[in-house]
Amino acid sequence: MGQSKLDLLQGTLDVMVLQTLEALGSLHGYGIARRIEQVSGNEVLLNQGTIYASLVRLQQRGWIIAKWGTSDNNRKAKFYSITKIGQKQLIKDTAYWQRLAGVMGRVLAMQSEGGEE
Amino acid sequence: MSYSLRQIFNQLRSFFRSERLDREVNQEMASHLEMAVEENLRRGMSAEEAWRQALVRFGGVQQALEQHRESRTLPWVDVLRQDLRFTFRMLRRDFGFTVVAILILALGIGANIAVFSVVNTILLRPLPFRDPQQLVRIVEKDPKAGESSKTYTADATQDFQQQNHSFQSVSGYFAFTGPDNYKLVKSGQPVPVTGLLVAEGFFQTLGVEPSLGRLFRSEEFVQHAQQVALLSYPFWKRRLGADRSIIGKTINLSNSSVVVIGVLPDTFDFGAVFSPGAKVDLFVPYIMDDFRDDGNDLALVGRLKPGVTLAQAQSETDQLFPQFYFVHKHPEYGKGYTGQLTDLKEYVSGKLRRSLIVLWCAVGLILLIVCVNLSNLLLARAAARSKEFAMRRALGAGRGRLVRQLLTESLVLAAAGAVIGLGFGYGILSYLAHQGSIALPLLAMVRVDRSVLEWTVLIAIAAAVLFGAAPGLRMSAGNLQEVLKDSGPGLSEGRKHDRVRSTLVITEIALACVLLVGAGLLLRSFLRVLDIDLGFEASHAAAISVDYDDGGNVAKRTAIWQEVTNRSLMIPGVESAGISDNLPMSRNRSWGIAAKGEQKQDALKFIPIFVYIVSPGYLKAMGMRLIEGRDINWDDVSNNRAVVILNETVARKLWPGQDPIGRTAIAGGADAEVIGVIADVHETDAEDSAGAQMYLPAIKQYGPEGSYLVVRSKLPPASLATSVMHALREINPGQPATEFKPIQSLVDHATSPRRFFVLLVGTFAGLGLLLASLGIYGVISYSVTRQTQEIGIRMALGATQSWVQRDVILRTLRLALIGVAVGIIASLVLARLIASLLFQTAPTDPLTFAGMVVLLGAVALLAAYLPARRASRIDPMIALRTN
Repeated sequence: MGQSKLDLLQGTLDVMVLQTLEALGSLHGYGIARRIEQVSGNEVLLNQGTIYASLVRLQQRGWIIAKWGTSDNNRKAKFYSITKIGQKQLIKDTAYWQRLAGVMGRVLAMQSEGGEE
Repeated sequence: MSYSLRQIFNQLRSFFRSERLDREVNQEMASHLEMAVEENLRRGMSAEEAWRQALVRFGGVQQALEQHRESRTLPWVDVLRQDLRFTFRMLRRDFGFTVVAILILALGIGANIAVFSVVNTILLRPLPFRDPQQLVRIVEKDPKAGESSKTYTADATQDFQQQNHSFQSVSGYFAFTGPDNYKLVKSGQPVPVTGLLVAEGFFQTLGVEPSLGRLFRSEEFVQHAQQVALLSYPFWKRRLGADRSIIGKTINLSNSSVVVIGVLPDTFDFGAVFSPGAKVDLFVPYIMDDFRDDGNDLALVGRLKPGVTLAQAQSETDQLFPQFYFVHKHPEYGKGYTGQLTDLKEYVSGKLRRSLIVLWCAVGLILLIVCVNLSNLLLARAAARSKEFAMRRALGAGRGRLVRQLLTESLVLAAAGAVIGLGFGYGILSYLAHQGSIALPLLAMVRVDRSVLEWTVLIAIAAAVLFGAAPGLRMSAGNLQEVLKDSGPGLSEGRKHDRVRSTLVITEIALACVLLVGAGLLLRSFLRVLDIDLGFEASHAAAISVDYDDGGNVAKRTAIWQEVTNRSLMIPGVESAGISDNLPMSRNRSWGIAAKGEQKQDALKFIPIFVYIVSPGYLKAMGMRLIEGRDINWDDVSNNRAVVILNETVARKLWPGQDPIGRTAIAGGADAEVIGVIADVHETDAEDSAGAQMYLPAIKQYGPEGSYLVVRSKLPPASLATSVMHALREINPGQPATEFKPIQSLVDHATSPRRFFVLLVGTFAGLGLLLASLGIYGVISYSVTRQTQEIGIRMALGATQSWVQRDVILRTLRLALIGVAVGIIASLVLARLIASLLFQTAPTDPLTFAGMVVLLGAVALLAAYLPARRASRIDPMIALRTN
């Protein structure tokens, strides 16, 4: 694989899962994992199994709900979808991550300018 | 986002659904992998490669499951679950041990719950009134003459109400109410009921609100007002079927029409607070003007103004009371009261504090013995489990983790014990609450409430820590190499271990010893009390309250009394019969008496004296002993002759060294001739010395206050009851169905608090003895088992059976002796603390101590005998072969 993948920061997986469900509606665990991998361009180091810890956590917080159903190729799977509280939380988290990304970008830019002087 | 409440709730919930959640996530992950494999296959991988890739991308199924579990539960909950599961498995395996341990704990905790509830009800909980700390009881400073010196006249009460500045309100109740003093006439037979007269503002002073209707109004406290009554809750519920429409209706109470105006709340139990064991059915107004000319009859209760201290109120009382006349209309009767203010709660239960604390300590000792016993049992188990624990430590379990595991076991045992103990305690309490015959205040209100539950949790945890700590520390501290190495049946392990267990047994014996001495001393006191010559014979006599209507005519009353006694004497089996207005050890009243002699009128010194208006034959029926002179006869009564019979004490006081017969006394305001002297009668209490008493005929000058027919017969009272009632109904068809009560029940009631404490402390001592003997048996039996081979070798070398037996028994007796020695020293110190509870028994009573030593010795012997016998039956061949 050559280039090493990005380690996921604490809490980022939860946001990714929420955003995936918000964008794509109801989805099973495998689907969520694959989607995140695709969107990240396979840059994220994701053990697919960790998605399930995240899913149960989000469920217990009431941000997503799960229902048993059948997949396209007739497999029994749990389908997750985002709740109203989950959507509110996602808005908050999105704002947080955007602010953080902006600040990080500015801070890092300042450092490289300072380095040239 | 950290924890939200919802999440914590879900985490706790998932703890109980763990298996299902595991199953679900496993299924999910299986589907996940299959989908991944399918996708890989579609991309053209080989089947094997497709699986491998899917698993790599998934990153470990077991780890994912662990992560899943971790994030769905609280971490400590999970550990707790493991500990609990393991604990239940262990306890199920040692089922016998578990049952014994839980039962022992349940006994100890149950006894503690029961005693705590009693202590809580009587001592700790405030009285069930509004702002009870403001309530004060007012009595004379030196109450020598029974109820009469704890009460005040209507005039004095009113003077105090008007002149004081310390109280929001002062009120009271009529203190001379006997049971069944009214009859409720509905359809059919009249029902006896107990009605209490209360002064204006009595309920307002206490802060009691009616549960239905209203309280008395001022206009109901004047003469000739419409008669009204308030019902007690139990009476309303039981007798009137909780009929809400009764308010405003008229009932027939002793042939007058009385309007029911309200029902008092369930929480208000007059008897429980003011007159233990008494039950009051209804309340009627005490109209001051009806009682102006009478003596002291109001028992006073006051509510202090906010901010006024007891001391301030007391100093005001000290100024006011000496100024009050007994009766305004008769200033010649004199003036000068005293008033002692006591916090109502203190007045009600203060005297019991020491007894209850002793009881509390006794039951605490029981819990200690229980803990020591369990420690011992657990240590025996610890020895058997030491390998298991060493193994677990070798495999990496931390010391804290092991201690936690052991504590979990203790806590589970204690919790189970507490639950069953709560059942025991509840049973005991419901029994106690319905014992009207126990004259302890507030006992009728005893129940399991929140503070009792909190106490239960507290002692259960304390017990668990106490009995779990020693074995826990021991087991986790052991040198694991030594233990693991020691796989043979070594004899070395014993000594140190034995010493700990022996110390525990000695402690147990010493504690049981203290309990036994305490119980023994209290029992001796109680027997002494029962041995007191009461001055009357309580057995073979019974009394019944007689109802009659003489229309205030003395001659008519005499005729009725005569007929009642004559008819009673005609009943087969009746030996003697007589009437008195008051019985000993129940209601009492007192007047004054002085010797009429050479002194001038105003130099006379009146002695307060208990008054009994009696018919001829009453003294004989009660079994009172005439020492000198004669009984009252019907001639005295019909001729209105003022005669008096005195008890020895007062006769000696009035005419020291002289013969009182034929002399004149000023008794109850009239000159009366002394015609007889009787042996002293204990009129209030078995334990107090007798006061002054006089017995007067029911003539014009001396009006009786109620009337009790006393019948003496060898037949049991129950078999006489119908014929007596039949005779009374023939004389007066309106005679209510009052109870025909054995005189013994009066004595039992008076001695019931002592009986109560003796019974409880005695039970605890018995329990302590039982537990101690179990402890001895356990330790000796265990050591015999472990020494099987040693004993076998000794026997092979020539030791006889009896030698082996003696050796075991001597070892036990040594333990017992050390325990008893420690116990005696502790008892000598502690017995001094209960000296004030003893009656004619020294705290060092040698008989009690000797009895305790003999008893404990015998029990120790018994406990040692079984293991000793087993030891002596060891077959050396078999013992050595099993090695």
